[in-house]
Amino acid sequence: MFEVRIHGRGGQGVVTAAELLSIAAFAEGKYAQAFPTFGSERMGAPVVSFCRWSEHPIRVREPIATPDAVILQDPTLLQSANPFHGLKPSGWLLINSDLTTEELGISNLFSTECIPRLSIIPASSVAVRYLGKPLPNACLLGAFAALTGLLNIDSVVRAIREKFSGHLASRNESAAHACYDIALERSLAYVETA
Amino acid sequence: MLRQLETSRSIAEAVALCRPEVVCAYPITPQTHIVEGLAEFVREGRLRPCEFLNVESEFAALSVAIGASATGARAYTATASQGLLFMAEAVYNASGLGFPIVMTIGNRAIGAPINIWNDHSDSMALRDAGWMQLFASTAQEAADLHIVAFRLAEELSCPVMVCVDGFVLTHSYEAVDLPVQEQVDAFLPRYEPRQVLDPAIPVSVGAMVGPEAFTEVRYLAHQKQLRALDLLPELSRDFANIFSRPCGALISPYRTDGANTIVVALGSVNGTIQDVVDEMREAGRSIGSISVGCYRPFPMCAVAEATAQASRIVVIDRSLAPGMGGILAADVHMATQSNPVRIFSVIAGLGGRPITRSSLRRVFETAMDDALGQLTFLDLQTELIERHLERERKMWNTGPAAENILYDIQRIAAEIG
Repeated sequence: MFEVRIHGRGGQGVVTAAELLSIAAFAEGKYAQAFPTFGSERMGAPVVSFCRWSEHPIRVREPIATPDAVILQDPTLLQSANPFHGLKPSGWLLINSDLTTEELGISNLFSTECIPRLSIIPASSVAVRYLGKPLPNACLLGAFAALTGLLNIDSVVRAIREKFSGHLASRNESAAHACYDIALERSLAYVETA
Repeated sequence: MLRQLETSRSIAEAVALCRPEVVCAYPITPQTHIVEGLAEFVREGRLRPCEFLNVESEFAALSVAIGASATGARAYTATASQGLLFMAEAVYNASGLGFPIVMTIGNRAIGAPINIWNDHSDSMALRDAGWMQLFASTAQEAADLHIVAFRLAEELSCPVMVCVDGFVLTHSYEAVDLPVQEQVDAFLPRYEPRQVLDPAIPVSVGAMVGPEAFTEVRYLAHQKQLRALDLLPELSRDFANIFSRPCGALISPYRTDGANTIVVALGSVNGTIQDVVDEMREAGRSIGSISVGCYRPFPMCAVAEATAQASRIVVIDRSLAPGMGGILAADVHMATQSNPVRIFSVIAGLGGRPITRSSLRRVFETAMDDALGQLTFLDLQTELIERHLERERKMWNTGPAAENILYDIQRIAAEIG
């Protein structure tokens, strides 16, 4: 079982991101389950969504408390909560930001027992270039595929095509590829220095 | 075909395959996506002939369904929570008049306090309204049960609620094997109404019945429900033959062979329970579980037989009868009167509180050590309760309990933080 938790704000596509991940995992023949934290949907309010996949049917229906990966769509959430809570010691952490760990103030957040495999991707900035809007979903999922190597970028693209159509699909697809490439370079660099 | 979909979408697809002729809808979270899906199919012409009616309230939604059903149309609607309560009068009318309407309930708590999250309070409030109630434990069942429900409803001329855990199931994205039209057509014949309003053959439906016959009309309604206990297993076999998977069982036992302790529950929590059963079986504990798929009529004999060898039953209720306890627990008590068995009632998951494996395991282990009380509230925050009771002891004009407790939560968080 692999479990991903996504943190963002209402309107950023937090729920859609988890759904896209589940479609991508399904495309690779896995059993997948995606679900949001349920609440009164409001633009800008903190939202959490979840996706788990497995080689076996998934029966459990509890929120993900100890994720293998965390995707942080909006780093301003760091001011009010700890989105990394419960992240497994060697889990993956993908953050949407133009800043560095030092600038984000998270360089001291992890102990020697917990060293996540981290990638910071300017997903919103790239999204503005491709979509004209700071909607980081496709970018982050492209980067997720590169960072973890657990899902093929082709599956991510397939999920995007299933969920969107026309220009929206092709632009998101390009954005996903762009961030896939960025993350591939950066994650390799990270592994070398680590 | 296997597709990764939101369960609400899968339900809409399954309902469309049943060829409803009238769909009436009033939006209420968390069932909205289902009727939105059906509205889309009607607009695109995928579902035809079918009339989609936007109505002004839930009361109207079911009233329109009753009217449609009375003219011989296959009618469908969906609702949840306060919406179901708002249509309560029509709910009794639909069953009392014997119209085979199918209605999805996206199970949700009832206010006050206002709460939009999942539990079973809504359909429980109307469990005695004369509708049959089927509970989906998985995304696949959530879709399939609608196909079974139309056939069951029409064979008995009695309406059926398909209860699907709001958000937990309705908003979950999962793979579902959607049948093709030919399969559904083979399982579900054209609707042949037992009673129909037709100007060519004028009859009236909805007589006033006094003391001379009201008991007999009610007795027949009861007998009709009991017939479902024989019919549903037959339909389930039919379903399996056509769709190559089971659906519509009265109960689904899991690892109950030789189990000393059996957990009984309704709905989607059964998946989590089965994971815990596996964990505990691996640790050598003698435990199994039963998912109750048909809640009304209640399968008394099936429950009694499946638990005959057990010495303990833990019933998980996702609703509460204040002043009494677990509602399903009371039904299980009734069913197992002649078994030498101890029954523990556990209230869990009210108003959307997640039911986790660790909490379930703790409560099952405690029950197996015979250290569990007869009624337990899972993960109850006793500190909050104590604070409020203390407040009530100290002063008369405490103000509203809900607001006070929310204030206490913030204060405790500040003390810790």
